[in-house]
Amino acid sequence: MLSNLELGLYVFMLATFLGLEVIRRVSPLLHTPLMSLTNAISAISVVGAILITGAQGATTLSKVLGFIAITAAVTNIVSGYLITDRMLKMFKKREEKP
Amino acid sequence: MAHLVNYIYIVSAALFILSLKWMNSPATARRGVFSGEIGMLMAIAGTLLAHQVFNWQWIFAAFLIGTAVGIPIAYIMPMTAVPQRTAMSHACGALAAALVGTAEFYREPNQPKYILVALMIETLLGFLTFTGSLMAMGKLQEVLPQRPITYRNQNFINLGLFALAAALGVRLILVPTDTWIFPVFAGLALVFGVLLIIPIGGADMPTVIALLNSYAGLSACAMGFVLDNKLLVIAGALDGSSGLILSIIMCKAMNRSFANVLFGAFGQLQTKAGHAEQRPVRSASAEEAASILEASSSVIIAPGYGLAVAQAQHKIRELFDALMRRGVDVKFAIHPVAGRMPGHMNVLLAEADIPYDRLYGMEDINSEFAQCDVALVIGANDVTNPVARYDKSSPIYGMPILDVDKARSVMVIKRSMRPGFAGIDNDLYYLDKTLMLFGDAKAFVTEILKELPVLAAPTV
Repeated sequence: MLSNLELGLYVFMLATFLGLEVIRRVSPLLHTPLMSLTNAISAISVVGAILITGAQGATTLSKVLGFIAITAAVTNIVSGYLITDRMLKMFKKREEKP
Repeated sequence: MAHLVNYIYIVSAALFILSLKWMNSPATARRGVFSGEIGMLMAIAGTLLAHQVFNWQWIFAAFLIGTAVGIPIAYIMPMTAVPQRTAMSHACGALAAALVGTAEFYREPNQPKYILVALMIETLLGFLTFTGSLMAMGKLQEVLPQRPITYRNQNFINLGLFALAAALGVRLILVPTDTWIFPVFAGLALVFGVLLIIPIGGADMPTVIALLNSYAGLSACAMGFVLDNKLLVIAGALDGSSGLILSIIMCKAMNRSFANVLFGAFGQLQTKAGHAEQRPVRSASAEEAASILEASSSVIIAPGYGLAVAQAQHKIRELFDALMRRGVDVKFAIHPVAGRMPGHMNVLLAEADIPYDRLYGMEDINSEFAQCDVALVIGANDVTNPVARYDKSSPIYGMPILDVDKARSVMVIKRSMRPGFAGIDNDLYYLDKTLMLFGDAKAFVTEILKELPVLAAPTV
């Protein structure tokens, strides 16, 4: 059996190579929205912040740090997805006039 | 339930990967955002339902505040300020990772060594990216000076500081019960973040933003190891590799290395701008420019950030429409470092309703300059300077440029003959086929438009 660390490293290695291949194919037109999108995605760290804040018997320090972390991550999630979509809506093809 | 959440995380991870995959074309990109949103919602809902979560009021309040702050940011932010917003979100993401790491360390310092290693990486990268991104944001917003801030032995001091922080991190891994060291470690990381970014000049911000993006992602990834959460590892690795690729693209586009961007203090090298011997240039009026543009069959516009500074995007769109209606083939040539962050110029032009299939990257368009009648340079300077091709003594030698000088004729809209950011004289301006159009970009394009009477839509 693999330990948690070994399993984690496998996942990390595969995700990095996959990331490099997928990102390489992203249109250079969209590099700005790409950055705001990956930023929103990496705000998945909110999951960790929830676990820290919501743990049974969490100390006040944990709760305060976790609270700030959730606020920061949720700001990223909300503004990241919305602004990415706002940018992408602007990318239009030339209308074919009849 | 505890098992179910793991399956939810797997689906979330798949949705995140699809989300990035769909960014490969503007036609599918919005679907990508949607899939990312669903993945995020599932992961958050799964976490809240599956784990025994206490302190609801804290979590709920944080969600409320984050949403209340996030929505206005997304809708009010002008497109020219998107680089600042991006830097700010790197700061937020890195701060979240660093604080979670801090809380986890104080909750239980006695953890397996590998977890402590991941925790130190998470907090070190998190804190330094936090302050570093704030500095980058300050430079982009121009509340901090754009020029590199330098002092004696800078690289030595910075590296020393980083080594000290790393040494304290190692000490904490070996003797985690000495928790008093942790605040010192965190403080050093915060200071290092500031010192790392202030010597970097405004023109290098596209690379720096991409690099900070990578750090923020790696910090979240390390958090995945600390909390044994594979979804975090995957999302962090995707973000990290995205930032890495973008910073490599930016470095290549400027013919620089990472080390040179981070430790080079670029602006210093060529402050001796001078020796501009007076060479003759040819200039033209808006009327002449309009008649040349009208008579041509193909025009390539090379925009730079100066265009956005002059708020000329919408006038350029009108010029684009006016010429296209006359049957002139108009394309845009976008250098990778045009704008303040990767891809920024595309967003600015898309905002002005210029169709994206008219925007071409440097590699795609360079072969077309030779067949084009007019290359119109607006607000771009160094990226069109042919010196980069042949003058080995020039600081920009070797930098890939837009081959505007190969067009049959060249027009440059520019305020004056003052050299650009790098302080290098542009040989393009002295070519026989180059016409200088002196004036503010927006005002000059407006003048040209007045000379091009509105035509009805083509009857063909």
